[in-house]
Amino acid sequence: MALIASPTPTQSLGVFRRPVAATGWRSWVFTVDHKKIGIMYGVVAMFFFLVGGCEALLIRLQLAAPDNTVLSAGLYNEMFTMHATTMVFLFVMPMAAAFANYFLPLQVGARDVAFPRLNALSFWLFLFGGVFLNTSWFLGGAADGGWFMYSPNSSRLFSPSHGIDFWVLGLQIIGIASLVSSINLIVTVLNMRAPGMKLMNMPVFTWMVLVVQFLLLFALPVITVALFLLSFQRNFGAAFFDVDKGADPLLWQHLFWIFGHPEVYIIILPSFGIISEVLPTFARKPLFGYKFVVFSGAAIGFVGWGVWAHHMFASGLGPVSVAVFSVATMLIAIPTGVKICNWTLTLWGGKLWFSTAMMFAIGVIVLFTIGGLSGVTHAVAPADTQQTDTYHIVGHFHYVIVGGAVMGLFAGFYYWWPKVFGKLLNERLGKWNFWLMFFGVNLTFAPMHILGMQGQPRRMVVWPEKLTGEGFFNLQFWNQIATVGSFLIASGVFMFLVNVVVTAKKAEKAPLDPWDARTLEWMTASPPKEHNFDTIPTVHSLDEFFHRKYEEVDTDKGPRLVKVRSAEEVLAAEEAKADAHIHLPSPSYWPIVLAFGLPVIAYGVIYNLLLSVVGAAILLLGIFGWVLEPSVAEDSDYDPPTGESETKELSSVG
Amino acid sequence: MADIAVHESVTSHDDHGPAAHGSITGISNNKLAMWLFLGSECLLFGGLISTYMLYRGRHGSGVGPAQLFDIPLTSVSSFVLLMSSLTMVLAVNAAKRKDDRNTNLWLAVTGLLGALFVGAQVYEFTAFYHEGVGFTTSLFSSSFFTLTGFHGVHVSIGVIMLLAMVAIISRNKVAGDKAEAVEMIGLYWHFVDVVWVVIFTLVYLIPA
Repeated sequence: MALIASPTPTQSLGVFRRPVAATGWRSWVFTVDHKKIGIMYGVVAMFFFLVGGCEALLIRLQLAAPDNTVLSAGLYNEMFTMHATTMVFLFVMPMAAAFANYFLPLQVGARDVAFPRLNALSFWLFLFGGVFLNTSWFLGGAADGGWFMYSPNSSRLFSPSHGIDFWVLGLQIIGIASLVSSINLIVTVLNMRAPGMKLMNMPVFTWMVLVVQFLLLFALPVITVALFLLSFQRNFGAAFFDVDKGADPLLWQHLFWIFGHPEVYIIILPSFGIISEVLPTFARKPLFGYKFVVFSGAAIGFVGWGVWAHHMFASGLGPVSVAVFSVATMLIAIPTGVKICNWTLTLWGGKLWFSTAMMFAIGVIVLFTIGGLSGVTHAVAPADTQQTDTYHIVGHFHYVIVGGAVMGLFAGFYYWWPKVFGKLLNERLGKWNFWLMFFGVNLTFAPMHILGMQGQPRRMVVWPEKLTGEGFFNLQFWNQIATVGSFLIASGVFMFLVNVVVTAKKAEKAPLDPWDARTLEWMTASPPKEHNFDTIPTVHSLDEFFHRKYEEVDTDKGPRLVKVRSAEEVLAAEEAKADAHIHLPSPSYWPIVLAFGLPVIAYGVIYNLLLSVVGAAILLLGIFGWVLEPSVAEDSDYDPPTGESETKELSSVG
Repeated sequence: MADIAVHESVTSHDDHGPAAHGSITGISNNKLAMWLFLGSECLLFGGLISTYMLYRGRHGSGVGPAQLFDIPLTSVSSFVLLMSSLTMVLAVNAAKRKDDRNTNLWLAVTGLLGALFVGAQVYEFTAFYHEGVGFTTSLFSSSFFTLTGFHGVHVSIGVIMLLAMVAIISRNKVAGDKAEAVEMIGLYWHFVDVVWVVIFTLVYLIPA
């Protein structure tokens, strides 16, 4: 045990001084602050969103004309596989993790997550896993088996490049990241809520994130098994998917979709949470039926485990299985429908403020309803058998994912931007962003339903001119409309990027409470101080911040809620009773060191196992460094609230 | 994975967390995290066991489970592993009494019994290999070695944690609550034992 260090708290492993930088790149790379980690998650996820978006545009360009040659067939396979993988695992999930990381501790009134260093580890694993996955483009080609990578098509025989190996190992690394952060966030919510915040006082976003973390906790190990089996087959010659030896191709399908269907709810529920915050704020009404929304979210979480085989209706499961999964799929539409009703009734009679965030939230209700309705029709197995593997399915799930999840994330950007960066995004550019995306989504994905019913198969690389057909159901016309639509979406995203740059350049600060918001994350400075709250708030009700600003006053028209305090006054009252001696977790080198070991191991599995040994050594070094380092360095005791000059604030990176 | 979760717990200081406003569930952050992790592990072994149960009869004309397994040997090694749960309990008990000497003693004995189990598994795997059943031979052999191999790796990680804990305690380098750190390794260790009970029953005892 030569590694054991002296107990000096400012050193780790007895060699290095602990990182202490509060500014510069070191303050980001070694940080364990949930807010900085949240921002880094957001920046990296946005980068991958652009990568995945470019892949989508290339796919649409290839399909824009008959007998097109923009992409070769092989490259096209890689493109749609990586488009889906990137969007699901490197954009939507981590972007939801960005919001969860940043806002979950703030919404429950905590100063950080339960395990700050594990939080940093999650981020670095996600980043390294994502980069590792994408290096396959430069090392002999990316994965080309489709995002659900069915066997035996994924075996060496049919995909001899290293692409699928990169895919398997990359997802394994990203999966560990999600597993670690799911444990972290569940513990944070269950154990670290502010006094008085009962579970049924939690903001809906926190609730939905909690449900998602449980889904991740139990779904990820299943895909982990599937990925291990596949990589043992491809790299070490195991027989799992070798049909010659009697393998059952359905094994992969079951394992994948037992993970894959909960994954659908993992993707969508954070967005449901975000718009459940946005709609009440901008309708100036409490959320209609809070308990129903929460229980529906939880119900989706439970029933989501019993519907996976509806992805496999075409595989010949037998009538009993098909019937059971059909019924379960129809059932899960009920809690989802309950939510849509609740959101609509939240709007009903409200004093609606059509900010960009609000428009995105309403966009989610509209587009998700369309996608959800076409989804429920797939519960009818005979109809589904016809639609499986056609563009009809592609149209359906893009309505749900782009219209439901991505638009919800954009609602979150516009709603929370002033909280995170202290500046309001430009509303005019925001409206452009919204309308371009809204029309873009409809133009891109609505025609796909028609294309699918006409029989255009999913993942088809080229459509020949002689098969285009005529009249309304003309393949050429609708494919070209879809391509135009995809560029509209891209220009909407471009507007967002312009907006970010414009906003970062302007000097004007956002007001403390620009939206007259309702939940705890607004009851602190914008951007929040490093320790989040000067004093941990005591919670009395749902929408605590709102009820501190508004009180019921008797008027001649009966009791009315009247604003009795401004946000500034609420905040000043909290600052007046600020805690002394706030201990914050100290920065650490070890999360990034430990995370770096995994891609090294993964490259080793593909190229040379000796490299894996090096990676394992890095991993072990990281673990022991981590263990022997106290999570709070005792000497660097923060005391921010008493000395104003010491109060460190996050600088805007926007 | 297990080691990461445990080591976080070993060092996690309570200054910034529960101490500020008490743990709501009454279970410390570290222990709750461990329970969640073990819940997730159940699904991992669930997937591996399902794969084995699907494939255990698929060995073509080659050697199958009935001809292969040496039940007496595996029974003995299973007994050794189960006894290590007892010594683990003694270690946790000693740690709660702040009796470092006995904590270290029982941790070391637990680690030793675990290592004995892993040794028996290595012997068993080698014997099977010499009987012509390798990792790539058949669907049965691939899924058998994967399932029991995963369990063996879990035991090995446990052994490393136990011995590292002995070293850390004897040099008095434990940051945070020592008894809890030992208890966390205990939770993991008992879980791995319980999983073996399931695997031993399903794989070795119930005929295919």
